[in-house]
Amino acid sequence: MEILKTYKLYIGGQFPRTESGRSYAVKSVNGEHIANVCLSSKKDVRNAVQAARKAQLAWAGKSAFNRSQIVYRIAEMLEARKAQFIEELQALGQSKQSAESEVSMSIDRCVYYAGWADKYQSIIGSVNPVASAHFNFSVPEPTGVVGIVACQETALLGLISQLLPVIIGANTAVVLANATKPTCAISFAEVLATADVPGGVVNILTGQPAELLPTLSAHMDVNALSIAPIESKLQKEAQAEAIDNLKRVHIFVEPLYVKNAQGLPYIADFQEIKTTWHPIEQIAGGAGGY
Amino acid sequence: MSQKNWNLEPSLESAALLKLQDQYELFIDGKWQAPLSKKYFDSINPSDESKLAKIAWANEADTDVAVKAARAAYENVWSKMSGAQRGKYLFRIARLMQEQAKELAILETLDGGKPIRESRDVDIPLACNHFFYYAGWADKLQEAFAGQQISSLGVAAQITPWNFPLLMLAWKVAPALACGNTVVLKPAETTSLTALKFAEICQQAGLPAGVVNIVTGYGDTGAALVAHTDIDKIAFTGSTAVGKQIQKACLGTSKKLTLELGGKSANIILEDAPIDQAVEGVINAIFFNQGHVCCAGSRLYVQESIAAQVLDKLKFRLQSIYVGNPLDKNTDIGAINSKKQLETIERYIKLGIAEGGQIYQPTCELPTKGYYFKPTLFTDVAQSATIAQEEIFGPVLTIQTFRTMEEVIQKANNSPYGLAAGIWTDKGSRIFGLSQQLRAGVVWANTYNKFDPASPFGGYKESGFGREGGRHGLSAYLKFSN
Repeated sequence: MEILKTYKLYIGGQFPRTESGRSYAVKSVNGEHIANVCLSSKKDVRNAVQAARKAQLAWAGKSAFNRSQIVYRIAEMLEARKAQFIEELQALGQSKQSAESEVSMSIDRCVYYAGWADKYQSIIGSVNPVASAHFNFSVPEPTGVVGIVACQETALLGLISQLLPVIIGANTAVVLANATKPTCAISFAEVLATADVPGGVVNILTGQPAELLPTLSAHMDVNALSIAPIESKLQKEAQAEAIDNLKRVHIFVEPLYVKNAQGLPYIADFQEIKTTWHPIEQIAGGAGGY
Repeated sequence: MSQKNWNLEPSLESAALLKLQDQYELFIDGKWQAPLSKKYFDSINPSDESKLAKIAWANEADTDVAVKAARAAYENVWSKMSGAQRGKYLFRIARLMQEQAKELAILETLDGGKPIRESRDVDIPLACNHFFYYAGWADKLQEAFAGQQISSLGVAAQITPWNFPLLMLAWKVAPALACGNTVVLKPAETTSLTALKFAEICQQAGLPAGVVNIVTGYGDTGAALVAHTDIDKIAFTGSTAVGKQIQKACLGTSKKLTLELGGKSANIILEDAPIDQAVEGVINAIFFNQGHVCCAGSRLYVQESIAAQVLDKLKFRLQSIYVGNPLDKNTDIGAINSKKQLETIERYIKLGIAEGGQIYQPTCELPTKGYYFKPTLFTDVAQSATIAQEEIFGPVLTIQTFRTMEEVIQKANNSPYGLAAGIWTDKGSRIFGLSQQLRAGVVWANTYNKFDPASPFGGYKESGFGREGGRHGLSAYLKFSN
């Protein structure tokens, strides 16, 4: 007899059940029962934000090279569990071919972003030739804690397309998974947990965006939102809630599960530019600037 | 330390050079147009409360005419022009501004109250340089964003504050035009005159009609502009409260938004800092432009071991600050921009005292007419005190002490704002270590309040988003598509 998996949440590196004790059934397109997943509560959102905040400084404190290796490790772990994800996607109703293609593209996307960890700074940043005798340079820094409403069309690739540019840029994340296809997101959490991603860098909740998003978008310790195409009323409400602490809100209009839904702008969206001025002593008639 | 009485002979800049009109109309479609509102307001010289001119007060219908002119200019002329051609117009504007720099400086000082030394040496040169800088970008935009598909946005609505009127105009208009957009600019109601002079410069430059439109007025004019359905971009510099209102007004639209909002910036002196230099830096950080600076170093944190010494030196230095006629070249602190702002500052002073702060002001005489305020220090200020949390936008400095680096990082970052920060220390490694930990868009190390067209400026957190200046400043005025 087959042992069925219990799908739980992923908060602070742990796999707790929702504090609310609620669950909902995930069904295949044919209506067959696949699993019961946690119906997260507002309290779970707040716990996840707290975990993400706690992890952010240490994550940003790691060397960019180290973050690169950790994200590459995600690709390795995903590759190792390829069959599991293909099976899960098929259970949710995808064809074998489409499931295989989605998992391959997901792995490729992890490899792609792994390579960016120690490079985007050189492209987004700059040394600025100011007219006075100062060394003046601009560098990107992570915006902080990013709330992600994951793609509601795909179970894995959309989520990865949003999450990877956020964490490669040294932010931490609270993810609201695809509401109707949440199983892959939790399996992906198992990948993260075994890929040396420190606890709290990524936190994943399953449940209803309509219930959870207002708490996430109004939370004063969330710095930015990444919102995949969702119902426009819900999106507009989230934008309005986000104004209170001037969250940076990025609404994706184009699909996130296509080949070209990746690139430097996806990273830059969740970076702040810091400019530092440092005086230059003029020595022996030398030039005063850069 | 002995306190000297600094009596300087006045050295007044003459305002005779100016040819002010009695009345100014709206600048729309390259022409001066009387407002459909038929309303005007007075612009007051804050240094003596005299009336400078009557200025048109645009209503919704006026902003509509201006946006239509900007749209037509965008569709028919400006979006079709090559970047190189646009650049030539901007270079021409920069040169025309340089030629009339003295006139602009006097006008800025008369209208806004800032010391002539500052408008002459800082505001106006930087404004000219900003146009010159962005002129050169106009034909190099694709190189700035290699591998990305870029295009202009369309019509930009720009709302500027009263603290650096012409400079903020330059920060907004120059990159907008370089990127191929046309603009409708709404200057702050207390400081419209240099923007109107800039309109004359656009005419002198032969800039095609409608590329730059200037609608003067109060907040209602700005609100009408923001609400207009045919604008593609809003750039606002001002208070965080108004910035949030603008965001709300833009909900559900595709208007691209950049906000430069308030600040409560920390200025940190570590015990190894060169103290005299740091004290000068603190003075410049908070009293530059009467403290009407969004990035003013208004929260001073001094390491405990040197706190008494720094405070003594600050008090001594305060005594030699010259508060008076902005047109006097000796003046360090000019007039507070408006009666309203003076009242705001006074309200905060009362709050500061009521909440237990110890106030220090130098003995100096203020002019009997006009709006003036003495440079002010507050000690014994709790981190939670209103004057340590809220932006005062005046010459008021709160002073707190700290023992460890962890403590000062925590205190400095304990603010909803994140615009700027200052660090004073002799140790380079400490500068970079501390700079990394401070959540602020601009960090000045052993200097403060330095600006340059090549240097991106803008905030973290509730100080806004988007950058002005440098290559980064171009992003605010371009559309990116996959």
